[in-house]
Amino acid sequence: MVRMPGDNNKIGDGDYLDFEEKVADLDRQMKELRKLSSIKGIDYSAEIRRLQQEQVTELKRIYSNLTAWQTVQVARHPKRPLLDDYLNLMVKDFRELHGDRCFGDDRAIITGFGQIGRERVLIVGQNKGRTTKNKIACNFGCPNPEGYRKALLKMKFAQKYNIPVVTLIDTPGAYPGIGAEERGQAQAIAVNLLEMSSLRVPVICIVIGEGGSGGALGIGVGDRLAMLEFAYYSVISPEGCAAILWRDGSQAPDAAEALKLTSRDLYKLGLIDATIPEPLGGAHRNVHDTVYNVERYIVKTLACLKRTKTDNLLENRYRKLRLIGTTSAEVLRRKTEAGRERIKAALEAVPADRRPVETKPRESVPSKSKRAVTPKSKPVSAKV
Amino acid sequence: MVDMAEEVKSKPVLSKAEGWNGFSLKPRKDMPEGLWVRCPTCEHMLYKSTVEENLNVCPECKHHFRIEAATRIKYLVDEGSFQEVLSDLTTEDRLGFKFRDTTYKQRLKAEEKKCGVKEAMRIGKAFIKGRGVVLAVMEPNFLMGSMGFVVGEKFCVAVDKAMEEKLPLVAVCCSGGARMHEGVVSLGQMAKTSAVLAKLDEARGLFISVLTDPTTGGVTASFAMLGDCLIAEPRALIGFAGPRTIAETIKVELPEGFQTAEFMLEHGFVDMIVHRKDLRNEIARLIDYCQK
Repeated sequence: MVRMPGDNNKIGDGDYLDFEEKVADLDRQMKELRKLSSIKGIDYSAEIRRLQQEQVTELKRIYSNLTAWQTVQVARHPKRPLLDDYLNLMVKDFRELHGDRCFGDDRAIITGFGQIGRERVLIVGQNKGRTTKNKIACNFGCPNPEGYRKALLKMKFAQKYNIPVVTLIDTPGAYPGIGAEERGQAQAIAVNLLEMSSLRVPVICIVIGEGGSGGALGIGVGDRLAMLEFAYYSVISPEGCAAILWRDGSQAPDAAEALKLTSRDLYKLGLIDATIPEPLGGAHRNVHDTVYNVERYIVKTLACLKRTKTDNLLENRYRKLRLIGTTSAEVLRRKTEAGRERIKAALEAVPADRRPVETKPRESVPSKSKRAVTPKSKPVSAKV
Repeated sequence: MVDMAEEVKSKPVLSKAEGWNGFSLKPRKDMPEGLWVRCPTCEHMLYKSTVEENLNVCPECKHHFRIEAATRIKYLVDEGSFQEVLSDLTTEDRLGFKFRDTTYKQRLKAEEKKCGVKEAMRIGKAFIKGRGVVLAVMEPNFLMGSMGFVVGEKFCVAVDKAMEEKLPLVAVCCSGGARMHEGVVSLGQMAKTSAVLAKLDEARGLFISVLTDPTTGGVTASFAMLGDCLIAEPRALIGFAGPRTIAETIKVELPEGFQTAEFMLEHGFVDMIVHRKDLRNEIARLIDYCQK
């Protein structure tokens, strides 16, 4: 059964995005009919159902062809589920851990232990805040250096007890302020990148809303990088890019298109590992389903990652990071090359008298010996 | 400076009969192009060849001019010892980036013509005062020295080479940050370069990072800040967000000397500030100290 939009999140009059006019109109009509039926006692249910069906088709139509800029708007929707929703709905027994032991406690990054499914995990998430007061308290989701240092400290704590890390990314970017620079924003992020690339526990990163540049990457290096369907992840905000390259901030829609910041484009380019589907009409229309989808992804991925040996996990993570930006053809070529080398090594390991005479090595090598002499994979690099 | 010039342009030029019009700000016809430079800090007019003899440092106020990679290499390494690798590695435009009427590819070609190099970083092996090093130098003029796929890849290759041959790695950073035209690919380079440096750490390799004017954005927030030893040039701009972005966001006038090398030293983020003429000596000495 198709879940009707607005099941558990009321979309008010001001919550429609400007490309959802027809949806808003249908909602208004339905409201009118409901009011009429309650006043006059006439049964309009058939009519309402028809309108609902129409709305569903309309939403499907809109949300299957969102432009990049529309996606950005959905990702910034004021009703979009925030970290708090995920902590409430997905995490059992959340125990927040405060402070970076150096300067303070940044509310823009929340860290703490909790249970997702049946796994104990460390959750590191960026918090934007719903009410104005909250928003100010957590700096509109723009972390300061102490936030990144806090995240790293807690991740090292988790590493000590072999607890996997789940990071939920939702930030417009790291905070550009005087204090942030004085306390070394760049250095804090840089150290996080280095340490997270060699953290000895599984790390899953999920972009749940805005993935703004270095601020997102600062807690976004791991074994898997997933995105919610209508989240965005970009090197610079579309407005910023437009201001620099178009010399006009209002060209942001064009910039968003050019930056290829949607989950669909990034998945196609092989820059993220998975997209997590959102319910019909975006995450803000159905918080529960969104959180459920994210939870399912985490549980499934954790089960897979926990089966991998730590050394292999790190090796795979390193290789994945090292290959960022190469085309899939290039990746394939390198894989075949590595495979050929492996086979060559395997052949050399076989005693000379037992070496097969055929020139087709792939079929002739017994798989056992191939596995036995698999060389510790070298860091892949461009041909010098 | 610019405002004054515009003002003069808008005024009708007085003829001699009407009286003297003050010093002309229009370029003089008889002055050969590019013979003089104005120091942006102390506003002195300097004879260009004097500045060049002085390692592109203003003799009056020690302002360090931005220099291109080739000049930097010339100043830094023993004469003729730089062996460049991967000089013709170019990027594929994975995003198919188009802006206004141009494409990223066309822009790259224009930059190549302007700078004479194919990308914003040059790497290779060299000797500094007889000590073998792997050197990575960024090109500030090539698209603001921004880091895209090629810069990230070249840096990683340099780190690999340093590990393989057990040589110290010296990187001269000079960049406006991650390259917008490559989107998340260039963001990923930050993660990539940091990940290789983790490997270098594990292998106990020495990495000396030289921060020159300007080092900002994604480059500062990745490999530039991850050196074992951070050397900055005097008054170089070093920071994460650019000063203009900060001023626009918080709507406050920035304090004097904000985000300079001296500011970074004061706040504990660089090890030392070294004059360009002493850079060779300092690096050589550090390498000696860190020899196994």
